[in-house]
Amino acid sequence: MAFTTIVGAARALRDGSVTSVGLAEQVLQRTSMVEAQLHAYLTLDSDGLMEAAARADEELAAGSDRGPLHGIPIAVKDNMTTRHMETTAGSRILSGYVPPYDATAIRRLRDAGALIAGKTNLDEFAMGSSTENSAFGPTRNPWNTDRVPGGSSGGSAAAVAAGMALGGLGSDTGGSIRQPASLCGVVGAKPTYGAVSRYGLIAFASSLDQIGPIAHRVEDAALLLDAISGHDPLDSTSYPGGIEPSGARLGGGLDGVRVGVARRLGGADAVEPDVEAAFDRALAAMEGAGAVTLEVDLPSTEQGLSAYYLIAPAECSANLARFDGVRYGLRVDGATTEQMMSRSRADGFGPEVTRRVLLGTFALSAGYHEAFYGQAQKVRTLIREDFARAYRQCDVLVSPTSATTAFPLGDRTEDPLSMYVSDVFTIPSNLAGHPAISVPVGLDRHDLPIGFQVMAPALEEAVMFQVAAAVESLAGFDTTVPFDPSYGLRGGVR
Amino acid sequence: MTWEAVIGLETHVELSTASKMFCGCPARFDAEPNTNICPVCLGLPGALPVPNREAINRIMQIGLALNCSVTRRPVFHRKNYFYADLPKNYQISQFDLPVCVDGYLEVGGDHPGRIRIERVHQEEDTGKSTHRGGDGRISAAEYSLLDFNRSGVPLVEIVTRPDIRSAAQARAYAQELRLLVEALGVSDARLEEGSIRFDANVSVRAGPRAPLGTKVEIKNMNSFRSLERAVSYEIERQTARLSSGQRIVMETRHWDEEAGVTRGGRIKEGSSDYRYFPDPDLVPMELDRDWEDGMAALLPELPSVRRVRYEEMGIDAAQAANLVGAEAGLAQLFEDAVEAGAGAPQAANWATGEVVASLRKAGIPSVGGSSLTGSSLAELLGMIRQGTLSGSAAREVLAGVIAGEGSPAEVAAGRDLLQISDTGLLESVVDELIAANPDEFARLKDGERKLVGFFVGQVMRNTRGKADPKLAGTLITERAGL
Ligand SMILES: [Zn+2]
Repeated sequence: MAFTTIVGAARALRDGSVTSVGLAEQVLQRTSMVEAQLHAYLTLDSDGLMEAAARADEELAAGSDRGPLHGIPIAVKDNMTTRHMETTAGSRILSGYVPPYDATAIRRLRDAGALIAGKTNLDEFAMGSSTENSAFGPTRNPWNTDRVPGGSSGGSAAAVAAGMALGGLGSDTGGSIRQPASLCGVVGAKPTYGAVSRYGLIAFASSLDQIGPIAHRVEDAALLLDAISGHDPLDSTSYPGGIEPSGARLGGGLDGVRVGVARRLGGADAVEPDVEAAFDRALAAMEGAGAVTLEVDLPSTEQGLSAYYLIAPAECSANLARFDGVRYGLRVDGATTEQMMSRSRADGFGPEVTRRVLLGTFALSAGYHEAFYGQAQKVRTLIREDFARAYRQCDVLVSPTSATTAFPLGDRTEDPLSMYVSDVFTIPSNLAGHPAISVPVGLDRHDLPIGFQVMAPALEEAVMFQVAAAVESLAGFDTTVPFDPSYGLRGGVR
Repeated sequence: MTWEAVIGLETHVELSTASKMFCGCPARFDAEPNTNICPVCLGLPGALPVPNREAINRIMQIGLALNCSVTRRPVFHRKNYFYADLPKNYQISQFDLPVCVDGYLEVGGDHPGRIRIERVHQEEDTGKSTHRGGDGRISAAEYSLLDFNRSGVPLVEIVTRPDIRSAAQARAYAQELRLLVEALGVSDARLEEGSIRFDANVSVRAGPRAPLGTKVEIKNMNSFRSLERAVSYEIERQTARLSSGQRIVMETRHWDEEAGVTRGGRIKEGSSDYRYFPDPDLVPMELDRDWEDGMAALLPELPSVRRVRYEEMGIDAAQAANLVGAEAGLAQLFEDAVEAGAGAPQAANWATGEVVASLRKAGIPSVGGSSLTGSSLAELLGMIRQGTLSGSAAREVLAGVIAGEGSPAEVAAGRDLLQISDTGLLESVVDELIAANPDEFARLKDGERKLVGFFVGQVMRNTRGKADPKLAGTLITERAGL
């Protein structure tokens, strides 16, 4: 018997029909079947997982129950620091690096009884939308191994979709949780900026990065989010107040909920017809369930993509400066300290990271600072104002998560701009700092999953999850297709 | 042509907070290398800074003491540059919105003036490199050692406007600033340990109305004396060049204490581009009126105010400056002594003179470490005034008090130093001497007055210095009928 959801597994753990060790074995067995084709993990901690599972079972048997994540195997994106476990951020420059501390989100997961199964693949330093920028090779989409899983949290999305963990953590800077969740047919949420501590998340763009959950079910994602969120004194940007639990309003339905339809969010055009059709079907179902829809326009979000591609590189150019070969990570010797640093960075960073560091360095340079970085910050303010206006008329906003379904590997690697456009629907929420979630609602003509995005005002996760759960239930999408051993993996690589 | 020097100083003050600026590590860097470190101050992947509230309290106190206004929403910026001992390869510093702006510091003494303060900003210190092999310079070193104990220690930078006009005034400003920082108790304020560091920007122009000349930054001065010498040397160097028609190159020069010269380093091509931008890891602070008022209320009496108060107590300006400039314990001793009834000028003289000398002789580093109190000093001075102790005996008593032998009265009695001012007792001594020296007494009676001194000397010898010499003199002249 295979468990696909956290809630289901948690129930079974308590009624004695499964043990944590059993869940761990299921996950490891599944991984041994598909990992060679998918390459979702960079580090699989089989021994650690089995030991932790045994301990979790002992605790439960002794009557010490840590809650719904107790004994549940979770896959974590490899840009979150894990004590005693290699953490690479998908980069050669951190190959072999073992951090001395756990990220706050990891510590909270462990405290909640969750088991860290391993560290998942990602675009190097989370820069990318296909996981092809990983220094350790790409991850493939479990629905079709010729296709990308999306990115940058492609490893976590693929691992969850393929049953190599019951839930996962990703990080989302411009869509890096939602877009791969959409492409892999699972649920992925980016919380309000500051809801989850960034302490221990290897920074890409500090003002945009958020850690969030990936799962088969909206309620699973809410459980994961509630376990890791909350104020952290180690992150001064973490929200100091209390937030309503994400799962507080699950089952609240859609009756009377005002839904703003942001069809052209981010200036999106060229939305694939199957995506558009699935989106419209979901909308119609929502209306049928009592939702009130209205079309909204957020014109400033059209500049979101260009603002994002100035702010994120600018911040990353400073964030990645610390990787210099002096204290940790790859070191390539040189005649002088400067030469050692520059050789280490040249060899350690891949082309996309190098491109963005250069772009960001330029955007911050004297004489260009105001025209680029300053202007981009102004756009950000305008986008926040657009959202605020929209939320005066509606409770949530919805859009497709991605204009396309999973694209073939190699399709966009030669043209960075075509890759950048992958995030047009997701970037505005990061720029505004608002929560957003992707829920799978259907398949396209190639049997590839289509995601539906629900966005909410800051700290309104509970409303967002309420709506997302309703959408999920209306769509009746079976996320477990690639998880079913009888389905196998399709595509050219077997 | 009369050349005029234009000088601005940048002062780095290391705060003596318990923990570092952005992490919980102890802000001590005298420990074993790399023991006071953590993921944050080591710049490990994923680590984040959290500002130290006490450091913000202290920079506000410094700014308020320098008559600055407090920025309501100051912002931390990242200052980007690559250096091996800078763990993140950016320094968290401040740019256009520092904590405090627009103040001034009055400099008195021989080089008076109001030196305007442009800004007071908060930043974090770097680690420390030690280059091994070669001649200790980075270029020739075989390898370098890095100690990150200092990394992240809170640093306050105080930047003046170019209002200083001479090397001596630069020194006076620096000394006054150190006194201020010391009075605030926000820093160890020790130059020799690098807890206060000065950089000087020096230029020279053709008189007060001429446009500013090209400025040169001088670094590596670790005493007030070297600051004054370096600035003075640099003014002379620039004046000589300009007088002979040469240009000044914009550069950073290092003071070579031994050779007494500044040496050119790498030439600055324009100003470095540090690509400042607001640190997204830190939310802007809200320094509201209440916070500011709370800090203003904490300000102690500032050195300038204290000097005026001492002068009003009847102490001359130089002595008041001495007291304010002295170790804090001495000024307190003085104040306690006056409180206990001592005369201010006498107490000031003793505190800055005999007390310092006695402590030094006894090898005691500070008043606090001795058993001398303000009331015992007042008692001692009272005994001098009443004539129970001679000046020389009082010095001996002071040594005894400092050595912990008891109160001045106890020490004087114990060491048998009380002055004989009992007329009856002295009369018998005088009469014995007259009987023993009939010739001299006869000559005295005949009007040879200088022999009074002879007899007083004899009295002092016979009493082992305890006689009141004035009283002895009076008795002798009386006996001689003069
Ligand atoms: Zn630290």
